[in-house]
Amino acid sequence: MNQNLYEYCLRLGDSALILSQRIGEYCSKAPHLEEDLAITNVGLDLLGQAENFLNYAASLKHDLSADDLAFKRKEKDFRSLHLVEVPNFDFAYVLARQFFMDVYHNLLYTGLTESKDETISGISKKSIKEVRYHLQRSTDWIIRLGHGTDESNKRVQEAINELWMYTDELFYDNEVDKEMIKIGIGISNEDLKNDWLSTVSKTLEEGGLIVPENIVYTLQYGKDGFHTEYMGYLLAEMQHLPLLYPDAKW
Amino acid sequence: MEDAKKLEAFQAKIDADIKIEPKDWMPEKYRQTLIRQISQHAHSEVIGMQPEGNWLTRAPSLRSKKILMAKIQDEAGHGLYLYCAAETLGVKREQFLEWLHEGKAKYSSVFNYPTLTWADIGAIGWLVDGAAIVNQVSLQGTSYGPYSRAMVKICMEESFHQRQGYEIMVTLANGTDEQKEMAQDALNRWWWPSIMMFGPHDADSAHSNQSLKWKIKRESNDELRQKFIDKTVEQGLHIGLTFPDPDLKWNEEKGHYDFGAIDWDEFWNVVKGYGAGNKKRLAHHKEAHEVGSWVREAAIAYANKKNNIQKSA
Amino acid sequence: MEKDNQGILWEVFIQVKAGRPFKHVGSLHAYDKEMAMQSARDLFTRRNEGNGIWIVKADDIISSQSVDDEAFFDPSNDKVYRHPTFYEVPDGVKHI
Repeated sequence: MNQNLYEYCLRLGDSALILSQRIGEYCSKAPHLEEDLAITNVGLDLLGQAENFLNYAASLKHDLSADDLAFKRKEKDFRSLHLVEVPNFDFAYVLARQFFMDVYHNLLYTGLTESKDETISGISKKSIKEVRYHLQRSTDWIIRLGHGTDESNKRVQEAINELWMYTDELFYDNEVDKEMIKIGIGISNEDLKNDWLSTVSKTLEEGGLIVPENIVYTLQYGKDGFHTEYMGYLLAEMQHLPLLYPDAKW
Repeated sequence: MEDAKKLEAFQAKIDADIKIEPKDWMPEKYRQTLIRQISQHAHSEVIGMQPEGNWLTRAPSLRSKKILMAKIQDEAGHGLYLYCAAETLGVKREQFLEWLHEGKAKYSSVFNYPTLTWADIGAIGWLVDGAAIVNQVSLQGTSYGPYSRAMVKICMEESFHQRQGYEIMVTLANGTDEQKEMAQDALNRWWWPSIMMFGPHDADSAHSNQSLKWKIKRESNDELRQKFIDKTVEQGLHIGLTFPDPDLKWNEEKGHYDFGAIDWDEFWNVVKGYGAGNKKRLAHHKEAHEVGSWVREAAIAYANKKNNIQKSA
Repeated sequence: MEKDNQGILWEVFIQVKAGRPFKHVGSLHAYDKEMAMQSARDLFTRRNEGNGIWIVKADDIISSQSVDDEAFFDPSNDKVYRHPTFYEVPDGVKHI
C-alpha cells in the first residue's frame, strides 16, 4: 500500500468533508430561503467530493470504509485545512471562507485532472464542474456585498481580514505533497499561490474591497495533523453516534 | 357584496373540475382560505427543516448525511414553491414571514416536537412525511391552479423522503439492541403526533365543509387519517415494531384499522403554542431572519446601484 | 422601520433538452438577475430537469385578464384543425 497516496487522498477528502459539515450547520440559517437552498447545494457537492476521495483512501487500506475514516479517526489523523474549520460566525464568514476555498479548489482540481492516478484525475474532472459553479456564485456574492451597503462592505472586509491568516496553508507542501508531485500524482500547492492571489485580488478589487497585507503567522498546519481549537468540537459533534455505539451499523 | 351570479359560475367551474387561476374571479373567502392554508403549508416546510437539521451535523454515515442534507434542501425548495403559489393570491412573501413571526400564522404542530435521537430522523421521514404525503397526494387535485401545480411537483420530489425515513427505521430495527430500542422509542413518541397532523375529526373541523365544497381540500381529515394508518401499520409491524395504541387492530368488516382515542387536549395545547419546541422553532427562524437582514439590504442596494449604472451608461 | 424586502419575484422557464419548448416551472425571489439565474438553477434543476433556463421578472409578464378572456381566446377555440386529433387516421398507420 502506498502510504503517501493514502495520505494525499485524505487531505483532499478531509477539507471537503469539514467544509460540508460547516455548511450543514448553516442549514436553515441563511439570510434568504433561496440562499439556504443554494448553499446546501454547495454542501452536497462537497460532501460528494469528500466521499469520493475518502472511498479511494479507504480502498487503499484493508478493512476500512470511508465512514470509518470520517467518523472514527482521531483529530490528529485528519488532514483538513484550518480555513475550513473556522465556524460560521456570520454570512460574511461563510461566504469569504467559501470564496477562498472555491478559488483554491478550482486551481487544485484543474491541476489534478492531469494526475497520473486515474481515480484522482477522474474525481477531479467531476468535481471541477461543481467547483466552477461554486466559484461563480461566491464571486458574485463577494462583489455584491462589497458594493452593497457600508455595513456589508465592512462585514465582508472583516471576514476576509480575519480569515486571511489561514490562507497561507493552502500553498504549503509537506513531505507527502512532495512525494506525490515527484511521481506525477499530486501537484504543487506552492505553484498555485500566484494564480490564487491574482484571482482573489481581482475579485476583491472589483468588489471595492482591500486585499489584506500578508503576515506570516506561527502556525502548525492541519495538513500535518495540528488543527484549530474549533476542530475538536466539530468532530465531537460529527462523530458522536459512531463513537457512542461502536458496534452499530447505520 | 359579491355577485350571486359570479358565485354560481364559480361553483359551476369548481364542480366541472376546472382549475381556478390567479386572475380569475374568486370569492373573497376562497382567497382567504387559500392564503391561510398555502402559507401554513409553506411555513411547515420551512420550520420542518429545523428538527431534521438538528441531526444533520450528527448523521452517523456519509450516505445518511448526504441524503438528509438533500432532503432538508428539498424542504426549503418546497417551502419556496408554496410561498410563490400563495403569493399569486396577492400577498407578498414579506407579509407571510411577518405573520409567522408575529404568531398570526401557524405551521404544522408536529414540528414542535423535539428530535431526541437519530431514530427520530427515521420516524420523521417515515411517519411525518408519510402523513404529509397522504395529504399532498390528495391536494394535487385541489381547485386552485398554482397550489395544485406546486403539489404535483412536491409529490414527485418527496417520493424519496418517506423511503429515506423507513430505511433508517429498518436499519435500526435490524441493528443492535440499543438501536432497536431507539427505533421503538421514536415510534412511540412520533405516532400520535403524526396522526394528529390530519387535524381535528371531521365533525369538529371548522373549515372543512366549505373547503371540500370548493375543492380546496379533496378528502376529509378523517378519510386521510384512515388512509395513512392503514398503510403505515403494516410497515411498522413488518420490521418488528409495535404501536403505542392498545386499540389499534384490523377491522375485517370495515376493511380498515380501528384506533384509539386521540388526545385532542395535547393537540390544541401544542397548536396554541405550548409544545416543547414552539418557542425554539420560532426564535430560530426569527433570529436567522434578523441576522440576515444586512445581507438582504446589501443585495437590494447593490441591485439598485447596478440598475443606475446601467441606465446612465 | 422599513418593511423587510425579500427581493423581486421572477418567473422561471426550463427547457428539458435542446429543441424542446421552454416550460414554466415556477417562481422565485432574487435581488438581481445573476442571483435569479443561479437560484433558478439551484432550485429547479436539482434533479437534472433541464439545461436551458429563462427567467423573467414577474412584473414584466403581460397576462390576459381571465375575466375578459372570451374575446381573446374564443376565436382560436373553433380552429380545431390546429390540433392533430382533429384528423382521422386510418387504422394501422403509425408514426404520423
